[in-house]
Amino acid sequence: MAVLDAVGTGGGAVAALRRAEPVIVPVLALLAGLVVFGLFLLTQGRSPVEFFGYVWQGAFGSVFSWMNTLSRAAPLLLAALCVALPARLGLVVIGGEGAIVLGGLAAGAVALPLAGVPAVVGLPVMAGAAMIVGAVWIGLAGALRHYRGVNETISSLLLAYIAIAVMNHLVEGPLRDPASLNKPSTAPVAEGLRVGMIPGMDVHWGLVWGLIACAVAWVLVERTRWGFAARIAGGNVRAAEVQGLPVGRLILGFTALGGACAGLAGFFEVAAVQGSANASLVAGYGYTGILIAFLARHNGLAIIPVAVLLAGFDASSGLIQRRMEMPDATMQVLQGIVFIAILMSDAVYGRLPFFKARG
Amino acid sequence: MTDFRPAALRLASPSILSRRDLLRGAAALGGVAALSAMPGAARAQSGLTVGFIYVGPRDDFGYNQSHAQGAAAVKAMEGVTVVEEENVPETQDVQKSMESMINLDGATLLFPTSFGYFDPHILTLAPKYTDVRFQHCGGLWSADKHPTNVGSYFGYIGMGQYLNGIAAGHASVTKKIGFVAAKPIPQVLLNINSFLLGARSVDPSITCQVIFTGEWSLAVKEAEATNALVDAGCDVITCHVDGPKVVVETAAGRGAFVCGYHADQSSLAPEKYLTGAEWNWAKVYTDMVSATLKGEAIPNFVRGGLADGFIKMSPLGPAVPEAGRAQFEAVKAEIEKGGFSVIKGPLKDNQGNVVAADGEAFLETDPVLEGMGYLVEGVIGSTS
Repeated sequence: MAVLDAVGTGGGAVAALRRAEPVIVPVLALLAGLVVFGLFLLTQGRSPVEFFGYVWQGAFGSVFSWMNTLSRAAPLLLAALCVALPARLGLVVIGGEGAIVLGGLAAGAVALPLAGVPAVVGLPVMAGAAMIVGAVWIGLAGALRHYRGVNETISSLLLAYIAIAVMNHLVEGPLRDPASLNKPSTAPVAEGLRVGMIPGMDVHWGLVWGLIACAVAWVLVERTRWGFAARIAGGNVRAAEVQGLPVGRLILGFTALGGACAGLAGFFEVAAVQGSANASLVAGYGYTGILIAFLARHNGLAIIPVAVLLAGFDASSGLIQRRMEMPDATMQVLQGIVFIAILMSDAVYGRLPFFKARG
Repeated sequence: MTDFRPAALRLASPSILSRRDLLRGAAALGGVAALSAMPGAARAQSGLTVGFIYVGPRDDFGYNQSHAQGAAAVKAMEGVTVVEEENVPETQDVQKSMESMINLDGATLLFPTSFGYFDPHILTLAPKYTDVRFQHCGGLWSADKHPTNVGSYFGYIGMGQYLNGIAAGHASVTKKIGFVAAKPIPQVLLNINSFLLGARSVDPSITCQVIFTGEWSLAVKEAEATNALVDAGCDVITCHVDGPKVVVETAAGRGAFVCGYHADQSSLAPEKYLTGAEWNWAKVYTDMVSATLKGEAIPNFVRGGLADGFIKMSPLGPAVPEAGRAQFEAVKAEIEKGGFSVIKGPLKDNQGNVVAADGEAFLETDPVLEGMGYLVEGVIGSTS
């Protein structure tokens, strides 16, 4: 701190520091969280140095580890957008899991009659179906909000439960492949309609589309008039209405867009990973997306590093279990502590003396 | 078996804000750690490294614990290193866990134990790592479809539920017994039917009510289902869910008797526990690992029952009456002798359709049983 203080004496340096505040504060909070967790490990008689060494090794320490981390990050990017986009309008949508599940189901169902169709045609149709279903599902929460005043947080969460029930019903009933005896699934997606790996990498194309979606979302929100209108409405709905902004259409549009992203994540789960729609679609990506979006402050570009870091924690969890023989919950304790530390750091924004302009 | 559920609820994983700076910071931290600790180096491979992957927690008193007990037995063997991971969902996560065990730990024999790990996950990796043997629990391997470095194994645990039913038939006063089931799939339906038929071999008037929870691991619904069964008058409860702990404790707390499943749950309800159908993976796994150590091939398709030591029964509890003990032991001996059929005619399903004509009998090894889609007469419940 003293160092920062000293640096902060020049005028230009002060301005730079203030710009850096949104980065420095959470990074310091992250480090504080890691230190607290290190102390926790010491109380358990375990070595923090060894622990963080394995986290590094498992998440980022080799090409394999990077592939591991990036493939885990792929669905999280799209899941986080489902939260981040409506959040700019002040809406807290937490039911992205439902859109992922139904998006995957739609992709799996549409794929059946498409068998034999070339991938150039088939894949966009499957992805489109997944995005439309996801958009409708989360758009429904937006519509309930706009037309009926129903709290979108609750409605989207409840819709997620309904989505999972619908998926289970269809996969165990009308859409079930009779050959899937002990794990009810839709019939396998034709080989020609599978999404492959990015050349030279062990990660499917969902990663690239996730990155594109994050970038597009950032441009949409920060650099277009629709994004501007959404941010105004997110700041003060009444003021936005008085200004004549189409608040209703913005709500429907942004929730639907978020849902489309989640639906796309479901499409990749089916077309690139599972090969059919089944209960494995309920993997919790939608919930992890909530945390990523909040930690990224709903900024499309910030979602990328946050998702990678989170995926890295997940990727290293196995190594921690195997090498240190610590339970799976260890990583959740770490993530919980870090999460709380970063959220708490919000409280110090604009209050730390060395970020303030002096004089 | 299973599906994964906990992870959906583990509401996940918080984390952090990061930026390049942060990664750099972490890099520095990691670098220091790697240099100073370097525990990886201590892991120089000599002998055989065997990896076990579980879909849930390894102390769930159920499916995952039964496999973890098998892993513990392997761990005690000479010249073998065991690595384990729990709570691994049936997504690309399990592919990465397997690859991580292969690449970072040098594992050459893997036991990914959840049913849903097979297709597409094991089938995706097997052609890529032809030196690694993938042993999957669930019995799906077929020579014309699957790679030769994949094997599958499973046990005829329905016989265990039949023996559970005999103990239940002797303990029940209300003549109503209950079954908490995850999903109406063939394996589960066979267990339900076997349980009822075992009880009916004691008293043909017994009925069994079944409640499906829809998920492999969903504690709240399992507790609700157990309470509902007890409320409906069932006085012996068993289940087929991943972790029977909730069912066993709830049933015993309500004063009902319980029969276990997957692993030994007698410590959870010492007075009320009658017996249980348990996996005996310790024997199966140590056999497979010894074969590998000796350089022998493990057959690609392995199945076994009580006689082969794939499954076993928990010791009979204090509540089983003398007559029950005698019949239990007699039938168990008969099953072990071979040729015993639980599903045999004349038998109808609970819709009145004939599922086995008079004189028709299906051995436990009969593949027809693996497509079971019905509940037998006397089971109250529906598959859809």
